[in-house]
Amino acid sequence: MIEVKNLHKSFDGKEVLHDISAQFHQGKVNQIIGQSGSGKTVLMKSIIGLYPVDRGKVLYDNRNLPDMSKRDISALRREVGMLFQGAALFDSQTVINNVLFPLEMFATQMSKTAQRARAVFCLERVNLPQTAFDLYPAEISGGMQKRVAIARAIALNPKYLFCDEPNSGLDPITALVIDRLIEDITKEFEITTIVNTHDMNSIMEIGAHIIFIEKGHKAWEGSKENIFTSDNEALNNFVFASKFFKKVKQSVNTTEEL
Amino acid sequence: MITAAIKQTGRYVELMGKTFSKPDNWKMFWRQLPKEMEKLGVNSIGIIVLISVFIGAIMTMQTILNTENPMLPRYSTGLVLRDTLLLEFSSSIMSLLLAGKVGSNIASEIGTMRITEQIDALDVMGINSANYLILPKIIGLVLFMPALVIFSVFCGMFGGVGIAYFTDLITMSDFLYGIQYAFIPFYLTYSLIKSLFFGFIIASISAFYGYYAFGGALDVGRASTNAVVNSSVLILLINIILTKLLLT
Repeated sequence: MIEVKNLHKSFDGKEVLHDISAQFHQGKVNQIIGQSGSGKTVLMKSIIGLYPVDRGKVLYDNRNLPDMSKRDISALRREVGMLFQGAALFDSQTVINNVLFPLEMFATQMSKTAQRARAVFCLERVNLPQTAFDLYPAEISGGMQKRVAIARAIALNPKYLFCDEPNSGLDPITALVIDRLIEDITKEFEITTIVNTHDMNSIMEIGAHIIFIEKGHKAWEGSKENIFTSDNEALNNFVFASKFFKKVKQSVNTTEEL
Repeated sequence: MITAAIKQTGRYVELMGKTFSKPDNWKMFWRQLPKEMEKLGVNSIGIIVLISVFIGAIMTMQTILNTENPMLPRYSTGLVLRDTLLLEFSSSIMSLLLAGKVGSNIASEIGTMRITEQIDALDVMGINSANYLILPKIIGLVLFMPALVIFSVFCGMFGGVGIAYFTDLITMSDFLYGIQYAFIPFYLTYSLIKSLFFGFIIASISAFYGYYAFGGALDVGRASTNAVVNSSVLILLINIILTKLLLT
């Protein structure tokens, strides 16, 4: 489990995150949602430690990240996998070598054959066809790149998985495939997953535990089912901004009343 | 402006501190090093050969045409060419050319990795990204620079030999006598020492601008330009200092 307590973060004197406290549960897809510029990416990068926090605690199973030494942070990072918005695959390396990279770097006790077997397992787990293994990232589709990034993220059996807008730039069907994959992997490997998104389909599909950020404040917390009954104005304005989702809410509430 | 310069210097020193630390995995470092030597050094041989041969030939012709004086011995052309190549051209001018070719390559490669979050991906994995990406480039270029300098000196002389062979401006024996006459071995040492410094400047300054690139494609282009301009200026500055220290 990851827990954030009274987190504050500012840039050049301007506070971007104000006193955020939240829990992210193991084996669940935890989502940080909010408008662009609300501070959700800063929150995620602060939790990972890419941005040092001003005040507050970031507890990885009771280990406080801001108190850790560089060596401990380095060790902790090996328990972390991350899927970046643009996949962030190493474009000078083939698909299989991208997945092999963390294994070659850190799983030095494994033989080369075992490392390769693990990389192949991860790529097959994300349903990537074998024909794509020796291609370069630029030669495969955006959806495939995201799957390779997930495979790379899980290569070292992480305890924590971070996904920064995993559906950005994907068509709805591929986005759904990626969402399901994240959810399945989270449950299968009992990972604490944090997904940063503003994709409503994704929220409705896999949002087991949701934290809504508005202007750097935690404005709401709950499950996707709670969203329909929430009277939080900011949340309603964000989630039900489109006509489609307004109608969905009306129909859900009408059914509930019935 | 002074504050900004101090701040930049501080960031550069900090980055070099991160770069010159123990690699997370020595095996990966040794695997990267020859790749970088090939990319930055071996792949620059073509341009070095082309420029050195032509400049050597042109310098030979210019020296002959502009020193038509009975007081000057005929072999002086070879001597002038050799010492010019050794003292300045093959180390300093070649380094300025490499700052353009290699420097922009390093800055744009690392800059693109920065804006596409590939460096963040390395950091999240717990890898010292500066050490993993920059150290093999610096070591690779610094190790290969002396080879490029020696190569350039020989290619420049070969250009001069070409003029002696294909034209009647100077005889081959006069030219060859000149390039062997009053040779001071320290000039070669001086040239090689300079090349080590210049190799470090090109690789580290370009990596610095690439590593701290921020934004999009335009910013990578800007980082690349800054890398070339600043490493060139620094090469000229260090050239004066080293000349003063080593030759006076």
